[in-house]
Amino acid sequence: MAVKAKTKTKPAPAPQTAPPAATYPISSELEVRIRKRFPNPEGTFNLNVHFRALAGFTILFGASGAGKTTLLDCIAGLSDPDEGRIVVGGEDLYDSEKERNVAAWKRRIGYVHQDLALFPHLTAEENVAYGLHSLSATERTSRSREILARFRLDRLRDRRPAQISGGERQRVALARALVTEPRALLLDEPLAALDRPTKSSLVADLRKWNQDHRIPILFVTHDGEEVFALGDEVIMLDTGRIVAQGRPHEVMRAPRLETVAQLSGFENIFDATVVALHENRGTMTCRLGIGRVEKDAVELETPLVRAEVGSRLRVGVRAGDLLLATEKPRGLSARNVLPGTIQRLEQRDVIIAAMVDCGGAEFEVHLTLAARDALQLGPGKSVWVVVKTHSCHLMGM
Amino acid sequence: MNWEAFWLTVRLAAIVSTLLIAIGIPIAYWLTYSRWRWKFLVEAAVALPIVLPPTVLGFYVLVALGSRSPLGRWWESLTGHTLAFTFEGLVIGSLLYSLPFAVQPFAASFGAVDPSLLRASASLGHSPVQTFRRIVLPLSKAGLVTGFALSFAHTLGEFGVVLMVGGNIPGVTRTISIDIYDQVQTANYSSANRTALLLLIVSFLVLSIVYGLNRRPWAVGPWR
Repeated sequence: MAVKAKTKTKPAPAPQTAPPAATYPISSELEVRIRKRFPNPEGTFNLNVHFRALAGFTILFGASGAGKTTLLDCIAGLSDPDEGRIVVGGEDLYDSEKERNVAAWKRRIGYVHQDLALFPHLTAEENVAYGLHSLSATERTSRSREILARFRLDRLRDRRPAQISGGERQRVALARALVTEPRALLLDEPLAALDRPTKSSLVADLRKWNQDHRIPILFVTHDGEEVFALGDEVIMLDTGRIVAQGRPHEVMRAPRLETVAQLSGFENIFDATVVALHENRGTMTCRLGIGRVEKDAVELETPLVRAEVGSRLRVGVRAGDLLLATEKPRGLSARNVLPGTIQRLEQRDVIIAAMVDCGGAEFEVHLTLAARDALQLGPGKSVWVVVKTHSCHLMGM
Repeated sequence: MNWEAFWLTVRLAAIVSTLLIAIGIPIAYWLTYSRWRWKFLVEAAVALPIVLPPTVLGFYVLVALGSRSPLGRWWESLTGHTLAFTFEGLVIGSLLYSLPFAVQPFAASFGAVDPSLLRASASLGHSPVQTFRRIVLPLSKAGLVTGFALSFAHTLGEFGVVLMVGGNIPGVTRTISIDIYDQVQTANYSSANRTALLLLIVSFLVLSIVYGLNRRPWAVGPWR
């Protein structure tokens, strides 16, 4: 198994949206671009993410219900996305266009779930050896004893899961996933139930292990402290979307910028590049999209934050803070008036969500039913979207 | 006390409950994991012998085994005699009659295995069949023993199906419950009493094993 993995990995290209985070040579990469809709108590949940994870720890951070576990299930093959692509070490595990969907048991992705799922009828050693079924008995024993020793579990070899402590169970679950030499490791809050010393010693063991193996480790947590303790790279997930990605200090403490938590629930979030600073009037101009070359890309005048021309950030605007006009408004205090076309209208209870395409950037605008009827809005209608400068909330990325 | 009938019945019950392990496990596996929308129809068909009068079941089995049915003709061409009124015919009838008593406990115990264990097994590179063999079956031991014991006890006491399919041929198809009926017919009450008591004790012992092993009531009826 290990030999196969080595032939399939390749040097990863530099990521587009984030600096390389690994502190050691890159040998493996996980790329995920998926969409999945499914019903939940609040209606429909929309998971829509695109990211790359290099060898090392990548923290998936977000409140419960942000879609973290669903995302891991899709990567592990335990749940099917609606569309997209999942690539590990150069191999397509899932590709909706090619109609490719590798079965979970053929993916070689380690997955440690919060509930650990140790097999209750097997001893610690049998649990660890479980994933080595394709090896010979002697190889199986030597490999599992080696990792048991590495995780300081040798003396618990013959005990069943019910006979060992919570921290030890966590170690066994981790050892069981790692001994198979997976191509990527998914950890869904595996440390949630542990006290601090146990936690940090386990993390140290994991880091040491990964110095030799260098695989991407996706680590799910909703604990902000764990982000700083572990993270090479953080992906901030909110209601199914990535709202920030970067180094922990960049994402978690963006100076003078909104925090991710404050930005959560914003219907309109755009990647943007600062193109001009207007210090005299306390604003700056941001061009939506990253690395766009079109001259007519959408630009927004936003409040001034500590940033330089060319720096990247995220702009969030609430759909309820936007105005729609059917004629170009004049004599208006708002600085941003963007021409666009209504793509579609969606009714959600008593509000209408209008999706307006303003030349590449799609805005979601919330209106009342009465406003829709009075303005006779419908798909294809030309409108102007009005954005107040101070309705633009900024966040680093 | 008719020991010939007793041992014939025990032999029948042992063969039937053993065969039901082999037949019942794949059916229960399918019933547990299939997402087919018409699965409930199969569930109903499997459970049918619980509510169907044994004479009705026996009648259809008799027709199916007879020389007018394809199965009966095939058997006849193979062996030279029909399946009806033979021990083999009795085994086939009893398999159908006791099927739900094996399949339902099997399926209930398969379904009770924590799904997170199955997911973990898949992540560790085991196919669904390997997972079933190494995780689901070992964790379903109590359900397997229950299904074996219940189908054994159920076959032990059957009457209607046996009478329809096997008749009453001493040493071939005369089972213990038919023997009791015969003795009552000939007003031989003391012999009937002894045989009935033996059947009562054996049945009680088997059920004691089942409940002692499970520590939770198993109801004859819809599972889950």
